[in-house]
Amino acid sequence: MAWDRNQMAERAGHELRDGMYVNLGIGIPTLVSNYIPEGVDVTLQSENGMLGMGPFPTEDEIDADLINAGKQTITELHRTSYFSSADSFAMIRGGKIAMAILGAMEVAENGDLANWMIPGKLVKGMGGAMDLVAGVGRVIVIMDHTNKKGESKLLKACTLPLTGAGVVDEIITNLGVFKVVEGGLKVIEIAEDVTMDEIRQLTEATLVD
Amino acid sequence: MRKTYDSAADALEGVLFDGMMIAAGGFGLCGIPENLIEGIRDAGTKNLTVASNNAGVDDFGLGILLQTKQVKKMISSYVGENDEFMRQYLSGELELEFNPQGTLAERMRAGGAGIPGFYTKTGVGTVIAEGKEHKDFNGETYILEEGIVADLAIVKAWKGDRAGNLIYRKTARNFNPNAATCGKICIAEVEELLPTGALDPDLIHTPGIFVHRIFEGGHEKRIEQRTVREA
Repeated sequence: MAWDRNQMAERAGHELRDGMYVNLGIGIPTLVSNYIPEGVDVTLQSENGMLGMGPFPTEDEIDADLINAGKQTITELHRTSYFSSADSFAMIRGGKIAMAILGAMEVAENGDLANWMIPGKLVKGMGGAMDLVAGVGRVIVIMDHTNKKGESKLLKACTLPLTGAGVVDEIITNLGVFKVVEGGLKVIEIAEDVTMDEIRQLTEATLVD
Repeated sequence: MRKTYDSAADALEGVLFDGMMIAAGGFGLCGIPENLIEGIRDAGTKNLTVASNNAGVDDFGLGILLQTKQVKKMISSYVGENDEFMRQYLSGELELEFNPQGTLAERMRAGGAGIPGFYTKTGVGTVIAEGKEHKDFNGETYILEEGIVADLAIVKAWKGDRAGNLIYRKTARNFNPNAATCGKICIAEVEELLPTGALDPDLIHTPGIFVHRIFEGGHEKRIEQRTVREA
């Protein structure tokens, strides 16, 4: 069985270390906040201008002035601080954020990342993703291994416009965990009951030992 | 000198002209200058270039200036959640300059601080870098981005005083302090306009020197993604 969304998020949780400041993207990456390991204290940054993001609010706690980067209502914690967008990206660009975990449309074997537009079809924008991948210490991608047509999203070269060149460190898919190394991707973990043969079959990128 | 005005229309009097560039605060629908956007719609000013992280939604925020086709060009990082925007862009009616979010914030900050350009790693190796000067520092490549100086900055704060000092609330701060600095004229709308001296000088986010006109207005504060957990 390949991993489901929650299992992928749980696996990403293993990458967190005590004391880290971390930025989680929209979608599966948001679920990682449910899997912060016991005894590991991390502070979540929201790039619209908040450090120390709390859980979603109860109906009574909803505050229109308190949202995350996905524009969802959230809550604050005792440690929370607020700041301007310029200060927020000073943290990101300045290398103060240890890790970003985000989704992707395509990742190439050299660490190139595409996740912000499909020419002529989907024009939403990069938001803070380009700044994040250029500035944070480690970039981890969580995504399905293949697209809706069953084609590999781990490619030799990205076909879509890039979000960043050579920026991805590690990719967690429903099939396993892949590290970007010299010459291609190295399989460092395989999901339960998935075989190396299946991974080879469903991966366009070069796999190296 | 008087900085206080009665309404958005009053504060916008004599400031607007066709073809002008406006920098707006706000992220999504959070902390947007709702009253000033409506005021600009009512004034009918055309061919606007608007620097704002987002473009609101179809019927609220900057989206209402798209509906009336008052905007010629947007400088934004994210325009999802707005079908009319997408339609106008894909049909070529609207120009769009995508800026990474941090680059947009820093362009406003720099412009307001008298810094005409800065180098950033953001966007190197992507379409954002095309046509921009590249320069290496300590073995890493950066691109040159330019500061933004707008004809008008429109911002929204929580509290303000008659001297133009502003305090924002929670994540409604976002682009507002940066946008405020980069306008040749800055108009702030606040939820509460207080007498000078009522705000703690140690807690002011935007000093009054950046704010030329200020007024109190009601705010709908619409929520884009209402997300809750069980109590």
